[in-house]
Amino acid sequence: MSADTGNGFDPKSAPYLDSIEVVEVQRGPEPGGVGGAYRAFGETLRGLKTTMARLIEGPMTIEYPEEKTPVYPRFRGRHKLHKFEDTGLEKCVGCSLCAAACPADCIRVVAAENIPGERVSAGERYAAVYEINLSRCIFCGYCEIACPFDAITMGHDYEMADYDRRDLIFTKEMLLAEPIERTPLRSEGE
Amino acid sequence: MLPLADTNFAEATWIMVVKSIVIFAVIFGILPLLTVLERKLIGRFQHRYGPNRVGPYGLLQPLADVGKLISKESFRPENAISTLFILGPLLPVLSGVMALAIIPWGDVQGGVGFYGIDVPIGILYFFAVGSIAFYGLLLGGWSSGSKYSLLGAMRSAAQLISYEVAMGLALLGVIMMSGSLSLVDAVHAQGEMWFIVPQFVGFLIFMLAGFAETNRTPFDMPEADAELVQGFMTEYGGMRFGSFLLVEYMEILVVSGIAAAMFLGGWMGPGPSWLDPIWMLAKMLGLVLVFIWVRATLPRLRYDQLMSLGWKVLLPLATLNVLVTAVLVVVFS
Repeated sequence: MSADTGNGFDPKSAPYLDSIEVVEVQRGPEPGGVGGAYRAFGETLRGLKTTMARLIEGPMTIEYPEEKTPVYPRFRGRHKLHKFEDTGLEKCVGCSLCAAACPADCIRVVAAENIPGERVSAGERYAAVYEINLSRCIFCGYCEIACPFDAITMGHDYEMADYDRRDLIFTKEMLLAEPIERTPLRSEGE
Repeated sequence: MLPLADTNFAEATWIMVVKSIVIFAVIFGILPLLTVLERKLIGRFQHRYGPNRVGPYGLLQPLADVGKLISKESFRPENAISTLFILGPLLPVLSGVMALAIIPWGDVQGGVGFYGIDVPIGILYFFAVGSIAFYGLLLGGWSSGSKYSLLGAMRSAAQLISYEVAMGLALLGVIMMSGSLSLVDAVHAQGEMWFIVPQFVGFLIFMLAGFAETNRTPFDMPEADAELVQGFMTEYGGMRFGSFLLVEYMEILVVSGIAAAMFLGGWMGPGPSWLDPIWMLAKMLGLVLVFIWVRATLPRLRYDQLMSLGWKVLLPLATLNVLVTAVLVVVFS
């Protein structure tokens, strides 16, 4: 670009610039005066047009308690414990790997030996106590990854608010039970 | 007994009383609905729904609001000036109700004029009464004993002097064309053509000044909820605050009514004559929608910007408009 930048800027006064590539700033006309009032009027009309277009588009609100945003399939909601579908035995063998992986330390597992004849799980041992304190859980999903038997997975339920902290400690029976599907799942491609 | 004002049309006293009650009831029925309309419309302008929980379509929202305001304590700051503080919200209500009287809803039908009162000083009455509202603002702001209130009051004083002159001059063109200060005569004079066509500049100036008169965005500096926490209303709570809000909507109706009568042909419209008040109301509501639309669009100006707009643009334009109108009226009459 030539040295004459056309806006009174002398490139020699800026030796730190290797190549002078000064981009002309596009300035609007000076405010004030009758011309300014005229332009302000025009811009006001443009603004009014913009807001009217928003009015015509209509509201985009999702009215939450009645209408819910669908969750994605990999959404990490409330945990679920699983059973084998054919035998009905629990998948959890009480290894406590989930409790070890949990960064929030909200899982408590007490394992017990399976007695032949009244087996609870498919493995050698089973979880006699399995509790998740959902008021501490951060829903990171590490328990799901740590589990060698896919016994614990994260579900889609996120509506878990309660009036009492004690009610937020979910026991094994609660986690094993089929959860009420309160949140819609996103359909393919949505 | 001397009449309070010389009227163009004499009626029995009981008719006057009934008329005032009807106008009062109708307007105070519309006012709460206007607040819902405004909140819902602003919501739509912002891709939201606005209030829709209380009652069908949120129509009972004002009832809930007023219930809340009434049940609140009528608080008074320790260093406020008691009497003036109470007078603050009362004066604007008074002036708003008084200004409603001259809005013409229809012609004389069956011996009854469809308006509160048809005073020959019409527009002057509107300005005189409308200015009383600003005493309320100034007194309320000053007597609150709070810096925000005082700043709000000062701003309304600065605002008042910068738009009132232009507002008066804007209407002067219409007054010259109709040859009367009375609003009823102004409507009669628009039989062939609404004054918005020949007086378009006047209409624009009047509406701009009207935004300032009603303390609405873009000229809501006296309230300025972002920087002055409601300005002169800062120290008010409960229904005293509520009456300031009420006045704001009443003033919108009054300004819309004056504009509809002076520029949009008042009650004139197709259909039988009993439709007249409905036409008038429809025109007023149309202008109210403009008020809401502008509020949803424009940011608040600085108050030096309002003053320079008022003195450097509106006033010369209005004067020019008056001069041109005067010359044309003389030439064509």
